[in-house]
Amino acid sequence: MSKKNNAIEMEDVVVKFVGDSGDGMQLVGTLFSETVGIDGNDLANFPDYPAEIRAPHNTVAGVSGFQVHFGSKEINNFGDLCDVIVAMNPASLKANKKWAKKGTILIIDSDTFDQKAFERAGCTANPLEDGSLKDYIIVKAPITTKVKEILAPLGLDIKTMERTRNMFTLGMVLYIFNRTFNTTFDYLDKKFAKKPQMIEANKMVIKAGFDYASSHESIDKTITVKPASLEKGKYTTVTGNIATAWGLLAASERSGRPFFLGSYPITPATEILMELARHKSLGAKVFQAEDEIAGICSAIGASYAGAMACTTTSGPGLSLKSEAIGLAVITELPLIIVNVMRGGPSTGLPTKSEQSDLYQALFGRNGEAPLIVMAATSCTDCFYASYEIAKLSMEHMTPAILLTDGNIGQGSQLFKLPDVKKLAPIKPPIAEANDPDYKPFNRDPKTLVRKWAIPGTEGLRHRVGGLEKEDGIGNVSMDPQNHQKMVDLRAAKVEKIADFIPEQTVFGDEDADLLVISWGGTLGAVRTAVQELQKQGNKVAHTHFRYIMPLPKNTEAILKKYKKIVVAELNSGQFVNYLRMKFPRYPMLQCNKVQGLPFFVSDLLPTFTKILKEK
Amino acid sequence: MIEYNNTTVERSRIPLTKQDFVSDQMVKWCPGCGDHAILSAVSNVFPKIGYKKENFMFVSGIGCSSRIPYYLNTYGFHGIHGRAAAISTGIKITNPHLSVWMATGDGDSMAIGGNHFIHIIRRNMDINIILFNNQIYGLTKGQYSPTTNMGQITKTSPQGTIEHPFNCGELVLGAQGTFFARGVDTNPKMMTEIMFEAARHDGTSIVEILQNCIIYNDKVHALITAKETKDNYQLHLKNGEPMKFGANMEKGIRLNKRRLEVVEIGKNDITENDLLVHDQYAGDPGIHLMIAKMAPPVYPVALGVIRSAMYPTYDDLVEEQIKQAKENSKIKCVNDVMAASGVFEIK
Repeated sequence: MSKKNNAIEMEDVVVKFVGDSGDGMQLVGTLFSETVGIDGNDLANFPDYPAEIRAPHNTVAGVSGFQVHFGSKEINNFGDLCDVIVAMNPASLKANKKWAKKGTILIIDSDTFDQKAFERAGCTANPLEDGSLKDYIIVKAPITTKVKEILAPLGLDIKTMERTRNMFTLGMVLYIFNRTFNTTFDYLDKKFAKKPQMIEANKMVIKAGFDYASSHESIDKTITVKPASLEKGKYTTVTGNIATAWGLLAASERSGRPFFLGSYPITPATEILMELARHKSLGAKVFQAEDEIAGICSAIGASYAGAMACTTTSGPGLSLKSEAIGLAVITELPLIIVNVMRGGPSTGLPTKSEQSDLYQALFGRNGEAPLIVMAATSCTDCFYASYEIAKLSMEHMTPAILLTDGNIGQGSQLFKLPDVKKLAPIKPPIAEANDPDYKPFNRDPKTLVRKWAIPGTEGLRHRVGGLEKEDGIGNVSMDPQNHQKMVDLRAAKVEKIADFIPEQTVFGDEDADLLVISWGGTLGAVRTAVQELQKQGNKVAHTHFRYIMPLPKNTEAILKKYKKIVVAELNSGQFVNYLRMKFPRYPMLQCNKVQGLPFFVSDLLPTFTKILKEK
Repeated sequence: MIEYNNTTVERSRIPLTKQDFVSDQMVKWCPGCGDHAILSAVSNVFPKIGYKKENFMFVSGIGCSSRIPYYLNTYGFHGIHGRAAAISTGIKITNPHLSVWMATGDGDSMAIGGNHFIHIIRRNMDINIILFNNQIYGLTKGQYSPTTNMGQITKTSPQGTIEHPFNCGELVLGAQGTFFARGVDTNPKMMTEIMFEAARHDGTSIVEILQNCIIYNDKVHALITAKETKDNYQLHLKNGEPMKFGANMEKGIRLNKRRLEVVEIGKNDITENDLLVHDQYAGDPGIHLMIAKMAPPVYPVALGVIRSAMYPTYDDLVEEQIKQAKENSKIKCVNDVMAASGVFEIK
């Protein structure tokens, strides 16, 4: 135990657990993350799993991972390279070696490193012996043998014993980071309350892993990460998808409109549908439709009938919904469409993330069909963004697309629980019964918003539909001038929403040499890169967009101030082209990545530095 | 008519008339189109059903049939091609206290909207669907539809269609339909009756109307509807009564081993007792399917309510699950949801 004296302190670290799809990496990652969260660290987690459910054993295709980035400072991204990697087999080591850096601690179950496994993983030689890992600290542990020894007295079957291998690695990691068992054990007690034998077995294995690490010759130091200065209060860890579901429910509660979701399962958006389906006690009506089109069309029907109606999907599903979105635009009904973006086109990379659906969200419909587009900036922002877009959609009687992405949707962060009662009130423009002046397309002169007349209400019978309507009275009209007027009105109504959203803010100096622009789920990585450059003495500013359509009113005023502008996004340049279209006078450079991966700070720094140096 | 006993939808306190449901819009169907008669039947049956005017909701897709919401003074939603069933579903789930009606056609529901059509039926959503079957695409000017007879020459089948048509009833029953009725646009009284029956039924009610498109498929149902032939080709079903037809009710339908057979009463010792007795409430759809599939020249076409079986509806079950969840769960608001998610405190 004397080695504990050799403790170093770090501000933030990245730990990744990788193994076969069935090795319990998601569970052990979650457990570790809960532990550091409860101990007061800020954190961001990122699951990295294959598109297949159980790809062949011991192959690179079947590798599943869970990354935990935690620290004593604010953690707003999933982290780049890892400080510790736990690899349960050669395939997972092979697939994740690229995330290691000099000095990374690689914990390896040496029992799984045999010739057969090398072949399955596609390795030509034993990676532990061919010198390819010389920059790293290798911690070889016969984990499979160890757990069988430890659990022998319990008389469990071999499969059950082997299933605790992940817990052995958790024990080792807890030792490395100077953690106690308390938090993990409390969590296990709750999680497996009905399986006392599982609790006992897991606790034994965790302790053994801890002791094993303390005496392992390759582990010559421990790492302390002090608690972060988090605001006091109640916290939970939440994925962006769960946060989205909660934000939508909160908007329903605050608006008084009954909740309806029409949706069809699609990766990586399905968790929103599953979470919402659990909350019938709030009166939430969740309809799993026969396809994406029925998902949105049922939501449009629900909206007409007076519900706060939503549909959730991912890229290919949004394509299927395009025609129906146009119907919501022309009927001027509120509708919240959540698109958890993934790699495309077509089926693309279902479990990987991109920002490549922006064009689709902005322009992917027939006719002139403007609507609200917002993009959530982090896992926790998914709560506030979904709440806000529901408020805008209902108060302005227009469909709205919320873009999140696979990274923030499935990644998780610490979430300080808000009080729903204190969120901004939502006041949809409901038409009053027997209003003698009610006409379906009469508008509020200030906002151009029409009233929401709900079927069943006395004195408001009316018809809407996909055919063009006469302004005001709402009868079908093919009149050329009326069509022009309605097209203009629908566009102006959406533009006017700019009066109801906050102005765009800039992080950094007004006279900076470079303005970095980003949007949506990349906030954390881009902001960290900008902070890093500022620390190095560079004059760099950052503005991150959350409101895409309409843009904040002061957008042009910001662009005007900076000589050099670069737009960083996970696509080939969709937002930058949108900005160029809107503000053609301002030259903008691009920083793009389309690999199904998030931005890493290490991607951004050299690009921004190069731009800064260029004349 | 049978007493109406649905309590989910609030009834009108004052008696209503057809005039209460006439809209101020010009009806723009072709003169002589069968749709006029269907519209008239609908506006006749709504006051008889007796719900409050504001509780009727009419939804449609695309096609000639789907213009009907504009011609009725109810809450109305004219949707997009094939999607009326999905739109209606969202409306009914949101507000089960509405009487939701849907107008659709053979193309709208059996081609582009086929998926929604079979699933709304499978779920037994309490919605009344009037399907105008004219065996042609009318509004796009004369292309073949999924019910066009094989071999028929249309604008998109200059050498005749090479597709096997759907029988609407067979499709509905195959999708586990609980209510299927058929009428003809030349018999307003029967249309009103079966629409009323559809309203009475809890679950998805499909009312197929054999409708004439005077421009693009004129006389397509003539054998069934023409004065000279209709007695021999229309079988009017009445629950609990033997299946008889013919000018003097001299013919009937008999179940001979495993297939239906047209027989003449009095010939070969056949009496009324040998005829099949209609049981529209039977749970097993076997006989209903055989009746629905009957077609000239061998058989008459069965009209009236073919099937009306009792099964739970989706919308009732939604309400039931919500009621139970509200009674049994401690989670009453979103703050409760979040608080129950593994919360820890930082002090």
